[in-house]
This record gives sequence, C-alpha cells and structure tokens, in this order.
Amino acid sequence: MSAAPRPQPMAATRPDPYAPKGLSLTLESLGAILLALIWVLPLAYAVWAAIHPAEYTTRFELTAPLTLDNFTRAWAAAPFARYFLNTFILVTMILAFQLVLGTLAAYALARQDFWGRDIAFALILAQLMIMPDALIVENYRTLARVNLIDTIPAIALPYIASAFGIFLLRQTFKTVPKELDDAARVEGASPLQVLMRVYVPLAKPTYIAYGLVSVSYHWNNFLWPLLVTNSVESRPLTVGLQVFSSSDQGIDWAVICAATLMTSAPLLVGFLLFQRQFVQSFMRAGIK
Amino acid sequence: MTNRATATIHGWLLLLPAMACLALFTHWPAVASFVDSFMSTPRARRPARFVWLDNYEQMLADPIFWKAMANNLWFAMGTIPTSIALALLMAVWVNDRIAGRTLVRMAYFTPTILPMIAVANIWLFFFTPQYGLLEQIVGAFGGRSTNWLGSQDTALYAVTIVAIWKEAGFFMIFYLAALQAIPPSLGEAAAIEGASRWTYFRRIQFPLLMPTTLFVLINAVINAFRMVDHIFVMTRGGPDNATTLLLFYIYQVGFGFWDTAYAAALTCVLLALLALVAFVQYGWLERRTHYR
Repeated sequence: MSAAPRPQPMAATRPDPYAPKGLSLTLESLGAILLALIWVLPLAYAVWAAIHPAEYTTRFELTAPLTLDNFTRAWAAAPFARYFLNTFILVTMILAFQLVLGTLAAYALARQDFWGRDIAFALILAQLMIMPDALIVENYRTLARVNLIDTIPAIALPYIASAFGIFLLRQTFKTVPKELDDAARVEGASPLQVLMRVYVPLAKPTYIAYGLVSVSYHWNNFLWPLLVTNSVESRPLTVGLQVFSSSDQGIDWAVICAATLMTSAPLLVGFLLFQRQFVQSFMRAGIK
Repeated sequence: MTNRATATIHGWLLLLPAMACLALFTHWPAVASFVDSFMSTPRARRPARFVWLDNYEQMLADPIFWKAMANNLWFAMGTIPTSIALALLMAVWVNDRIAGRTLVRMAYFTPTILPMIAVANIWLFFFTPQYGLLEQIVGAFGGRSTNWLGSQDTALYAVTIVAIWKEAGFFMIFYLAALQAIPPSLGEAAAIEGASRWTYFRRIQFPLLMPTTLFVLINAVINAFRMVDHIFVMTRGGPDNATTLLLFYIYQVGFGFWDTAYAAALTCVLLALLALVAFVQYGWLERRTHYR
C-alpha cells in the first residue's frame, strides 16, 4: 500500500444520526458477535482437535493436555515439504507471468490508439465469463498433446494470461496523467521506458492488491491441479492434502485437522498480520 | 510507414503474449468444446467421427444430467440470496460502532482466504454421524441422530451451507466499501425529515447499494457454477448423485469415464449458462440499476 495509510472514511468526524445507541447497540453487538462465533467455529474446532491428543477430539475438557504430536505425525505421513515447495513455485510462477503479460497488454489497451484495440479488449474480457475451470476437458487435451501433463507449468499455463489482471491494470494506467507520459517522451524515453519508469511505479498499490488476490486464489486452487498432476514432484498443497486425507490410513481427525491447518497456515498468518491490506486488496480488486 | 500503422504494430506486439495465451487456453478450448460436442469420443482403433446431435440426445435422455442441473439450480437458489443477505447484514453491523468491530470483521472474512479443500475437511467432520460436532450439539438438545451427508434429503443442504459460509464474508467487504462511500449528509437530511432507521435503509442506503448488489450478484451466480471443491471432499457427488453439480459431472464424465465428447457437450451447456448470465448482466440489469 502507499506510504500514508488511506484515511478510513468510517471514522466520520460528523456524528451519524442513525448510529445505534444504548440498548439497540448492545443487541446489535450481541448479534454480530454471535454470528462471528458461528463463523469461526469450524476453524476454532480444527485448532482444538489439532493441538490435543486424539482421545480429546470430540471431548471438550479445559484440562485436556496440549500436544504438537498431530503436526509431527501429519508432517511425517506425507511429503508436505515437497508440496509446500511446489505450491510456492506455482504461485510465484503464475504471478510473475501474470504481471509481465498483464502490464504489457494493459499499457497497450490504456494508452495506445491502434487498429483492432476494441476487438482485442472484448476478446480479453471474454475470459471473465468463461473461467478456465469450465474448460478443463479441452485444456487437458491441449496439454496432453504437448506432453506437459504432471508438471508445474501445466498447472500454471491456463492462468498466466488473466483478463481480470489486465482489466485492473488498464483501469489504473488510465488514471495516470497524460502529461507525465508526454514529459517522459520529450526527454527521449522509449515507450517501454515510459511504461517502466512512469506507469509501473504509479500503479504499485494495484500490483500489491492484485498480487495478494492472485496468490490466495492459486494457493487455494484445487480442481485443475488435481486433474493435471499425479506425482509428488508436481502436486501442490491442496491436492496433496486431499490425497493425504482420503488415503485409507484410517480416519484420524486430529491428524487431518493438523494437516489442514498446516496447509492454510501461511495465508492465515499473512492475513492476521496484514489484515487491512488483505481486505483493502480484495476490495480494490473488486471495485473497478 | 504511417504513424497509425506503427502504432498498430506496437499495440499488437504488446498484446501478443497475453493474447496468445488467451487464444490457446480460453478461446480455442471454447470453440473446440463446441466442435467436439458434435463428434464421437475417439477410442483406441476408432477415431472421432461426426455424429451431429447424438451427444445432445444422450444428454436429454440422461437422468444424471437432469439431476445435476436440478441440484445446481437448488444450490444456486440456496447460496445466492442467503449469502448476499448475510453479506449485507454483516456489512451493516461491522459499519456501526459495535463492540469488537475489528475482530468481528476478521471472523467474517477469514473463510475467504482459507483453501476450500482444507475447510471442507473440517466441515466433513462437523457433519460426521455419531461423533461429529453437529451430531453432538443436536444430541445435547435431545434431537435424533441424522447422517447429514449420507442422506439424500440433507446432503445438498449441507454442501450449500458450506458454500454460504465460504463466500458471505467476501461479499461483505464490497458492501462495507459501498456503505462507507455514502455521504453522511444524506443520513443527516433523512434524520431531519424524521425518517426511521428502517426507512433510511430501505429508501436511501439500499437503492444506493444497487451497483454493489449487482456486482455481488454476478459473482454469486458464477460461484454457484464454479464451487465444486468441497464436493470432492464431502460427498463426491453422492449419495446417489444427490450433490452432483454440473461442473462436478463434467469432471466425472471427462476424467472418470473419459467420455470426452459427451463432456464437451456438457461443457457447452455450462458455457451457454455463463453466456446467459453475461447477457442478462450487460443487456438488462445494467440499464435498470441506479448509479450514483
């Protein structure tokens, strides 16, 4: 985000005549907190099961002994270290390509006037409706033809050109004052230099917002990675977790909960630490 | 060379990498699905041949297809209005100065960033018969034991609830942003006129939130056809196809039975539904929505 945090508009200096007071505020708070408790219940339950011995999974006693045993057993039972590495490579690869491809395309759409631009824009926006998930059958055939099945690039390829990212960056580039562009050109900068020195630095908040959304999306993505991977070397965390929890090693909920928390932990910790950036990023990405 | 021609070359060169990827993984597969839906599935010694509408005739006679369509419709009708209404309620609450506002907002938003495949495991246990959490709560109140995910009557409700839980907090933040953008002078003016809080919400806040509602609605509709990850963990489409959604059925036909031609025909149905959503959005709703 930008150096100076954006002022929160809700900290209104003028009093809101419709703000609840007294009893109605208490009732509203109770309702909101009750709903919040219901909302965190599954996660809180997973934490409970993961940090207690298996016999306390369904027995809730405050005196239950704490243990990290479930985590060590989950970590030893499946190659989670490799899955973490695969997911890390995957989200980095996707984001890097999305940013480069998106920046170039968005610059052309925002600031170049050329033949066919509107048609190109419409063709790009089509991806907003036809999400890659709907095209799993044909995309699988394409990747099988070029022998890429069961590789990390195969998971990444259908996503590296993102209509959503191009659209978001185009809207941001359009707000850059034309004078800055002209001034840089008068100084003798080439179009690519103008892009790198003027547009990209000014769009930094958009890049951060899009980056967070993209990383969370692909960290959590499941269906496509499930289809194109079938070995430990290429499987991301989500698929690895599914293979782990559905294998016939007997259902040990405590260990499954520990594995579940492990796979979600990096995003969850990032969210708890940078809560405001996360919420603002998802918001910025949604409201164009 | 003219200026315009140079600009055209530059423009298309910049677009080329992104357009090539989109053409390969969005435009081409969409067209290929359409073409393949009129072909037969290629087998070992029998290449694909043109079969005209055979796949679609098979679809019309396929009870599982109709079951998947009906399930998806119920899933959509269960998730869309409920998650939008909950999102609006959450946003109104979090927008007021209630106790523990930051923590409450965090609790609502957390499901958004968790992997669906991971939380589905937790929900699976939540719904497990005999010793699952829900069973214990129902038992504590003297209720009857139910196999929530194993019964045809309740399984679809169970996966619908998980979907609502996952997406309501995501939609909340858009309402929250929109609520905060409403000028405070409107509230002051309404208060001077003596409008009740409900009137203020119904006549001023809610109409001003219409563009947000439209945006959230479109997202909710697309999600209703896209969210299948939890099905893999919780029910695998069962019991007896009670929770088979359209995309899950495409997966089963395409990658379980390897009937790619029939899967292509099913894909075309999904694409047609998504196109219908786009058409309704741009052609009809946009004109009827009140913009600031």
